[in-house]
Amino acid sequence: MPLRTPLYDQHVQQGGRMVEFAGWEMPVQYAGILAEHEAVRTRVGLFDVSHMGEVVFRGPGALEAVQRLFTNDLSKCADGQAQYGCLCRESGGIVDDVVVYRRSAEDLLVCVNAGNRQKDFEWLRDHAAAGVPVENESDAWAQLALQGPKAAEVLQPLTGTRLSSVGTFRFVAGEVAGVPATIARTGYTGEDGFELFCRPDQAVRLWTALLQAGEAAGIAPCGLGARDSLRLEMAYRLYGSDMDDETTPLEAGLAWVVKLDKGEFIGRDALKRQKEQGVSRKLVGFVLTDAGIARHGYPVLQDGRPVGAVTSGTRSPTLGTSIGLAYVPPALAAEGSTFAVEIRGRPAAAKVVKTPFHDRRKP
Amino acid sequence: MTLPDDLKYTKEHEWCRVKGNRAIIGITDHAQSSLGDIVYVELPEVGDLVKKGESFGVVESTKAVSELFAPVSGKVVEVNDPLSDAPETINEDPYEEGWMIQVEVSDEKELAELLDAAAYGKFIEEEQA
Repeated sequence: MPLRTPLYDQHVQQGGRMVEFAGWEMPVQYAGILAEHEAVRTRVGLFDVSHMGEVVFRGPGALEAVQRLFTNDLSKCADGQAQYGCLCRESGGIVDDVVVYRRSAEDLLVCVNAGNRQKDFEWLRDHAAAGVPVENESDAWAQLALQGPKAAEVLQPLTGTRLSSVGTFRFVAGEVAGVPATIARTGYTGEDGFELFCRPDQAVRLWTALLQAGEAAGIAPCGLGARDSLRLEMAYRLYGSDMDDETTPLEAGLAWVVKLDKGEFIGRDALKRQKEQGVSRKLVGFVLTDAGIARHGYPVLQDGRPVGAVTSGTRSPTLGTSIGLAYVPPALAAEGSTFAVEIRGRPAAAKVVKTPFHDRRKP
Repeated sequence: MTLPDDLKYTKEHEWCRVKGNRAIIGITDHAQSSLGDIVYVELPEVGDLVKKGESFGVVESTKAVSELFAPVSGKVVEVNDPLSDAPETINEDPYEEGWMIQVEVSDEKELAELLDAAAYGKFIEEEQA
C-alpha cells in the first residue's frame, strides 16, 4: 500500500494523475508536464514534496555529528543557512544526497530523498556520535515547493517575513497564511523559489492559500513529471537514477560538495584515494545531435562498444533538444567529446556539453 | 474521451480507419491522454512492411517510451511526416491530424479481428477497473 501525503485528496480533487513513486502515491502531472514546466520557468508552480524525509540532530555535539556524516563543510554554513552535500559510506559510495538546514550548531535538519527515508535515518542514527539524539521527523513535516520567477511576488503578501532578506539557500522561521512554517529559499528547479516546511495537518491550508494567492500570477499546481524535467535541465542529480550506493560524489560530478580538508568524515579516506588515483568514470551532461530521446539505462557506445550508460534523459521542454546525463570514461568527459547512445539497437550521436543545460540568466 | 464509431480499434490502443484496401493508423484519444505530452515519435518509412501485432514505431512522452503496434499487416504507403516536428499534434487531434501511417492491407481477414468502438470502449473500462 503506497503512502500518501496530507495533500493526497487535494491532488485527486484538482485532477492530479496519481502514480507510485518511491513508495508514495504522488501526482505525476495535473494539466500536463510541458505546461507545468513552462509555468515554473516563466511564472510560478506549486509542488507537494511532503514525501521528502527530515532527520533532525539536536543537542550538544549535533554539528560535529553531522559533519562526520556529510561531505560538505557545515562550519562554513551559518545558522539560518542550508547546504547541499552527500552522505557517504566508507567506500565513498553515496548513501544519499541531502540538504542540511543549520538552525544552530545544536539543531540541524537533514532533508533526505523520499525513497531513502528509512535507510538514511538508520544510517545517520547508527553512525552518529554517541549521545547525540537523532530523530526521524519525516512524518512530522509536510513540505511545499513554490518555484518560479514570480514565487516571491506570490508569497510575500501571505507572510510578515521580508522575503528580500532571505537569500538563496537561507531560511527563517515565519508564518505563511497563518500557518507556522520554515521558509527556505531552496528548490530543485533552477528557478528562484521557496520550500515551505509546515505541520502535516496544516498543509492543506497552506496549499490552498498559495494557489489562491498565485492565481493572478498564473500559478500551476505541478507534479513529479515537471519536477524531473526541470531538475534535469539544471543537471541536478537524482538519487537512484544518476547515483546510488555504488557511485561516489567524485564520479557523479559532485566534487564541489566534497571538502576533503575539512576534517574527518565517513568516506573521506576512500574519496581522497580516488581523487589521487583518478576516477574511472564521470557523469557528464550531453545533448543528442541525432534524433531520439536517451533514457535511463541506455548504453553509451564508443566505436560500437559499450563504455558507459545513460542515467537520465528527456526532451528539454525549454531548449527543445534531447538532453541527458551519462557515466562515461574520463577520456570522453571533456566538453565537446562525442559518443553514441544506443537507442533501440541503433546508435544516436551525442556530444558532451557544459551544464546546466538551461541558464536562467540567458533565457 | 472520444471514440469515433467509424473506426476499428486494438487492445494496444491503436485505431484504424479502413478505406478500400488501405488502413490509416493512429493511437486513440485514451492512449494519448494516458501518455501525456508526446514529445517524440519514430515511424517507419514508406515501403516498409508492418506486421499485425508487431511494433512499427514508438511514441515518447516526457517521461516514457511506448511502442506502437500494427493493427493490420501490410506495406506502408504513406507516413505523416509533419508529426516528427510537431508530435504534440497526436495529443491535440489523435483521430485526424494525428494519424501516423497508411498501410496497404495485405490480408483483409485481419480487419475482422479488430474491435469496434463499443467493444473498445468496454475494454478500456475493464482495464481501468
